[in-house]
Amino acid sequence: MEYLEEFRQEVRAWLEANCPASMRSPMPETETVWGGRKERYPNPEAKLWLDRMGGKGWTTPTWPKDYGGGGLSVHEARVLQEEMRRIQARPPLTSFGIGMLGPALLEFASEEQKHKYIPEIVRGEIRWCQGYSEPGAGSDLAGLQTRAADQGDHFLVNGSKIWTSYADKADWMFCLVRTDPEAPKHRGISFILFDMESPGVSTSPIRLISGNSPFCQTFLDDVRVPKENLVGPLNGGWTIAKRLLEHERTMIAGIGGMMGGTGGPGMAEVAKDYVGAVEGRIADSGLRDKVAKHQMDGRSFALTMRRVTEEAKQGHGAGAAASVLKYFGTEQNKRRYELLVSLLGSQGLGWDGDGFSERELVTARQWLRSKGNSIEGGTSEIQLNVIAKNVLGLPD
Amino acid sequence: MPGETTDQPTRCEEARRMALTLSDEQTMVRDTARDFFETTTPVAEFRRLRDAGIPYSTDLWRQMAELGWSGILFPEDYGGSDFGFFNLGLVLEQSGRTLTASPLFATVALAGSAVLLAGTEAQKHRILPAVAVGERRMALAVDEKPRHNPAWIETRADKAGDGFRISGQKTFVIDGQTADEFIVVARTSGDAGNAGGLTLFLVPGDAAGVGRTATNMVDHRDTAHIALDGVTVAADAVLGAVDGGRDVLDRVLDRGRVALSAEMLGLAQASFDLTLDYLKTRKQFGVLIGSFQALKHRAAEMFCQIELAKSAVLDALSAVDEQRDDLPQAASLAKERLSDTCQRVTNECLQMFGGIGMTDEHDIGLYMKRARVAAATFGDAYFHRDRYARLGDY
Repeated sequence: MEYLEEFRQEVRAWLEANCPASMRSPMPETETVWGGRKERYPNPEAKLWLDRMGGKGWTTPTWPKDYGGGGLSVHEARVLQEEMRRIQARPPLTSFGIGMLGPALLEFASEEQKHKYIPEIVRGEIRWCQGYSEPGAGSDLAGLQTRAADQGDHFLVNGSKIWTSYADKADWMFCLVRTDPEAPKHRGISFILFDMESPGVSTSPIRLISGNSPFCQTFLDDVRVPKENLVGPLNGGWTIAKRLLEHERTMIAGIGGMMGGTGGPGMAEVAKDYVGAVEGRIADSGLRDKVAKHQMDGRSFALTMRRVTEEAKQGHGAGAAASVLKYFGTEQNKRRYELLVSLLGSQGLGWDGDGFSERELVTARQWLRSKGNSIEGGTSEIQLNVIAKNVLGLPD
Repeated sequence: MPGETTDQPTRCEEARRMALTLSDEQTMVRDTARDFFETTTPVAEFRRLRDAGIPYSTDLWRQMAELGWSGILFPEDYGGSDFGFFNLGLVLEQSGRTLTASPLFATVALAGSAVLLAGTEAQKHRILPAVAVGERRMALAVDEKPRHNPAWIETRADKAGDGFRISGQKTFVIDGQTADEFIVVARTSGDAGNAGGLTLFLVPGDAAGVGRTATNMVDHRDTAHIALDGVTVAADAVLGAVDGGRDVLDRVLDRGRVALSAEMLGLAQASFDLTLDYLKTRKQFGVLIGSFQALKHRAAEMFCQIELAKSAVLDALSAVDEQRDDLPQAASLAKERLSDTCQRVTNECLQMFGGIGMTDEHDIGLYMKRARVAAATFGDAYFHRDRYARLGDY
C-alpha cells in the first residue's frame, strides 16, 4: 500500500505537468478522440494529450511495455484511473483497437504481428473497425459467407459486412472470413486484418432511427489480403472471434456501467427540474421510486463490475461474467433513457429545432440509439443463451 | 484546495479495494458454516421443528456457541472471537441455505451490535460474555405497526424515581417468544413520528408488566407482540444516552438489514440451485425441461439478479467492518435487492417445479414463505427505495 501511495504521488505530479488545461473537463461526445489517420482533432490540445499519454503507454495502462503499453499492475492502473478522475481528465483515446482487437492480438497473434499492430493501437495511430456481422449472419454469426480464397501468397476476399461501426472513418478492419466452405460452419472461419484503403473496399453509411449513421455496410470485392495478415491458424478464427466478443461485451457493458451505472450526473436533479419538487423531493412518488430503483440498479451493477475484475485477478475466468455484464449493462442503459424521457415529458421527445434545449435533443437521440445496445455485440437473448449454457450448464 | 477534494474519495476507494472477494480465512469460515448447517440442520430438521411447534433448537444454539459464532462480533475482553461482521454474514448466508433459524440474528447481529455500539463497560461485561457462551438470548423491540416504520414510536418511558416506567405495544419482535432480555425503543420526549426523543432500554424478559403474545407466521420462526404495561426499570437500564437513541437505533437497524440480507442471499442461491437441478433432471415431452428456451432465459435472468444482489451484500458487509459513512446506503441497497430478488427467485422457482412445488412435501414452498417474511422484515423494497432516495436528497 505504501508503494501504491508513492506511485500515486508520481502519477499526480505527471498528470499535473502533462494534462493540458482544456483536457480537464467533461468531454462533449463530439470531442471524443478515436485516433487514426483521419482524426481531425478539433481541439489541438487533444492531440497533445493523446501523444503524451500514448507515449507513456497509459492509453493502455496494463498492456506489456514490450508492445508500447504502460506495463502497470491492476492496482497501479486503478490509481491512474482515480487520479485522472480526480482532475476530470478526459480519456485520451477511445478505440476498438483498445477495447476489442488489442486484447485478442495479445493472446493470439504472432510476435511479429504484435510488434507491428499493438504500438499503433496504443498511440492511436490506426483506427480499427470490426468486420463481423453480414446481411445474412446476425445472431447466427458463424453462418457468415464472406469468402477468402487462397491465392498462394494472398487471400482474395469477396462478400459484404454490415453494422460495421465507423467503417467510413476507420483505417483498418479486423475481419472474419470463410476460408473453408466445406467444413462445419465454426471450423471454416479465419481471422484476418486488412487496410481499408485496399482496392475493392467500399463503405456505405446506414441511417438509423436516431437519424445518425454510426454504422456502415462494407463491400469487399476482390480485395487482396497478404497471407501474413492472418491471425492465428487458418480455419481457427472462431476461437479468436469468440474471445474478442467477450472483450466487446465487457466494453459495451462498460458503456452502460459508466452512463447508466452511476446513474449519470444528476438524474435526480433532472427529475426535480421537470417533474417538480415538494420539500426537496421529486414530486411524483411513482417516478421517485423508479429513479431510486435505477440508481440502485446502477450501484449494484458497478459493484458487480468491480467484483468480476477482482475475481478475474484471482484467476476465475471473466468469460461467463462478460455475458452477465453485457446483458445487464445494456438493458440498464435502455432503462436509463426510457426513464429520462419519462422525466422530461414531451420535452424529451424533440427531434430538432429551437423548442428544445441541446440536452433535451441529445437525450432523445440517445434514447433512440440505446435501443441498439441490446442488439449489437450479441443480443440480450444470445447473452441469456450463453449464460444458460456455459454458466448454468442447462442442456441443449 | 487539492486536500479538500482528494483525501476522502481516495480513502474510500482504498477501503473498498479489498471488499468484494473472500480472503482465505473468510473462505474457511464460509466452508465450515456450510458443512455445519448441511450436516446438522438440513431442511428436514426445519420441518421436524416446525411440526413440533418449536421455532429453533436450543441444542443447535449451544453447538453454534461452541463454534464461536455467538461471540463472533465481540472483542476477546468480552469473551468473543472478534471475527467481524463480514464473517457473521457468511455464517448467516449459509444458515439461509438450509432455512436454519437460530438466535444468531436477533441476539448477536441486532442486540449484540446495540450493546457494543452504545453499552457502558458494566453493561458490556454483564451481557456480552453471557451471549458469547450462548446463555443469554436477546430481542430488539422496535416496530409498533404492521409495516416497518422506525420513525413511529409511541411507546413511552416516563421518569419514575431514579428510573423509568415504560408503557406501549411492540409488534413482530423477532425471537420475542424466547428472549431472556429485550432492548426496547421508547420515547422519552416528543411525539410519535418525531426523529428525536428516543431512548433504548434494557428490559429483563421476566420483568413485571411484560406480556408476550406469540405471532406464528408463515415461516414458523419466533416472533411475538410484546406488551409493556408500566414496566419499571432502573437508571442503569438505559442503553446509550437518554433522548439519544435514534442514532444508535439507525446503526443497529442497518446492521440488522445487512445481516438479514446475507441470510436471504443464501436462501435465494439455495432455491435457485434446487431448481437448476430439477431443470436438468425433469423430463416432459420426452426431453429435459431445462432445454426449453422459455425456462433457460428465465433461469439466466435470475442468475444475473442473484449476482447483482450478491455484490450488494458483500459490499454492505464490508461497509460495517470498515465503518464506512455510506453504510445506510449500502444497507438499504442490500435489503432492497434481496427483498426483491428473494421474492422473484422463489416465486419463479416454485412455478418451474409446477404442481409438486405447491405441495407441503416439497421444500421450495418453505423457501418462498421464509423469503416473504424476510422481505417484509426491517423494510421491504419499497421502504428501502424511498429511504435511498431520501439519503440521496430526492
